[in-house]
Amino acid sequence: MAPRWPQGRSCQQPAWRAEGACGSGRRRGAARTQHGGDGDAAAGGPQGGEAERGAGRREAPGGAGGHHHHGHGLHEGPRHLRGRGEAHRLGGRRRGEGEQAGVRQSTEDQVQQKRWKVETNSRLDSVLLLSSMNLPGGELRRRSAEDELAMRDYLQEGDLISAEVQSVFSDGAVSLHTRSLKYGKLGQGVLVQVSPSLVKRQKTHFHDLPCGASVILGNNGFIWIYPTPEQKDEEAGGFTTNLEPVPLSDREVISRLRNCIVALVTQKLMLFDTSILYCYEASLPHQIKDILKPEVMEEIVLETRQRLLDLEG
Amino acid sequence: MASVVLSEAEKLYIVHGVQEDLRVDGRGCEDYRCAEVETDVVSNTSGSARAKLGHTDILVGVKAEMGTPKLEKPDEGYLEFFVDCSANATPEFEGRGGEELGTEISNTLYRIFSSESCVDLKSLCINPREHCWVLYVDVLLLECGGNLFDAISIAVKAALFNTRIPKVRVLEDEEGSKEIELSDDPYDCIRLNVDEVPCVVTLSKIGYRHVVDATLQEEACSLASLLISVTSKGALTCMKKVGKGSLDPESIFEMMETGKRVGKSLHTSLQKILDEEESLGTTRQKVGFLG
Repeated sequence: MAPRWPQGRSCQQPAWRAEGACGSGRRRGAARTQHGGDGDAAAGGPQGGEAERGAGRREAPGGAGGHHHHGHGLHEGPRHLRGRGEAHRLGGRRRGEGEQAGVRQSTEDQVQQKRWKVETNSRLDSVLLLSSMNLPGGELRRRSAEDELAMRDYLQEGDLISAEVQSVFSDGAVSLHTRSLKYGKLGQGVLVQVSPSLVKRQKTHFHDLPCGASVILGNNGFIWIYPTPEQKDEEAGGFTTNLEPVPLSDREVISRLRNCIVALVTQKLMLFDTSILYCYEASLPHQIKDILKPEVMEEIVLETRQRLLDLEG
Repeated sequence: MASVVLSEAEKLYIVHGVQEDLRVDGRGCEDYRCAEVETDVVSNTSGSARAKLGHTDILVGVKAEMGTPKLEKPDEGYLEFFVDCSANATPEFEGRGGEELGTEISNTLYRIFSSESCVDLKSLCINPREHCWVLYVDVLLLECGGNLFDAISIAVKAALFNTRIPKVRVLEDEEGSKEIELSDDPYDCIRLNVDEVPCVVTLSKIGYRHVVDATLQEEACSLASLLISVTSKGALTCMKKVGKGSLDPESIFEMMETGKRVGKSLHTSLQKILDEEESLGTTRQKVGFLG
């Protein structure tokens, strides 16, 4: 299957500057192709993955090199209205594993024509095409002009979303999509930004921890901690945000998890569901705000390290 | 000021948390983050200090130089403040982006130290109307992680505590011309009494309550803040309201009371740390910027 290469990438540049009819004509063509591709992906998951793999391998990142954001991650869309040109990225590029589709969390940066520009803690801002976004109810249909006008109603500047990497452009910019209703806009919770190298690459990125909260470990280093939703079957795709106050017990769990993750990151331990859970359990004798004290941090992480070693050996 | 943009749901989460006295990192509304203070980190200054409050990193250097006293206060020395917002702190400070914030902070520092009892300026006088010590206090913002003013005031107090001004003698010879003689012993110096130096406590109003030591995320949720400078005895020397929201006079009163309470405990812990550091003397291992 031919890789779904975003058509006319050169269109992307004038896309948000030029608003002429001809420009939109070209983009419409591009969007249609994308949408057609989406239909295919919905039909056959593995093919979609393969296409990505193909795209990934074929692309030789030039210059500073792109990064293979294959995998789940939380994209932080650019938060500024003005758009922070290049999202800051420390360190060198990451070579993706290639196989897994990555989940990314991102925050909205800009609402452009038929696409959102999102920040994903990468070298360049990523794009989320309107056609790649879930529609309410999960219906599959061509996006109309009304959908385009209603874009801002759904995702505004500053919003956080979880999405998957669809493809990577030759310059390293990433195109995102929300493949199923488990992705989409994120509701109440806490975001922790860590270095992407500390997040272990795993098959699942959405974890429901037994302590009472859920965690999304994004490949781009964005960790989202949120209260476990009551009904697990209804996956709304983020269309309805629950604005009710989170109960105090859940808050304590979330704050503790957040501090544990910060402690693990400070001590340079890999982040995955088991290490976070062990760290949480090790921190229980201490008060939540004490976890960030250097002595307590060292003690907790040492105990976590010990338990992880015992688990392996 | 450096800021982050949050989604509506995140802001709601923070606001609700504050109402229940459990902030995102588990602190209560009146708790400070873990603070680290170290003095004497820059060698070619008369006094220096570095303060880290969570992700906020401030470096202060004090240089004592000889100058002429001001006309209206001929028998006192004075302090000059300069704040530099380095581009390291946040990309917004690139080029001249940090100038506005820097001027605002230095003006606030001037206001805080304008109170007569803060520093004994008469001790800085060498020759009335002719010579006096001028303390140039340079503040460098290394990292912006929320709550700048508090961290800056802590660092300034620590740096002034650490300042060593050489002892000078004024010799008058027969013709009447005065000569200033520096003492030979490099350790012979005068120290400043910083007991009355105030510290700033910033109280940010979030929802119906106010918090001390707000992080960047919490600052994004708060519309109005009150900056008060408190001395170690709990006296207010200066008050300033920042932010585009409004504050009820009753909440201002509550915030002032909280600020005084928190300020007093801040002073005691800071003084304890400074005295501890002082007692270690020259054998102290300096961490500086490599730790």
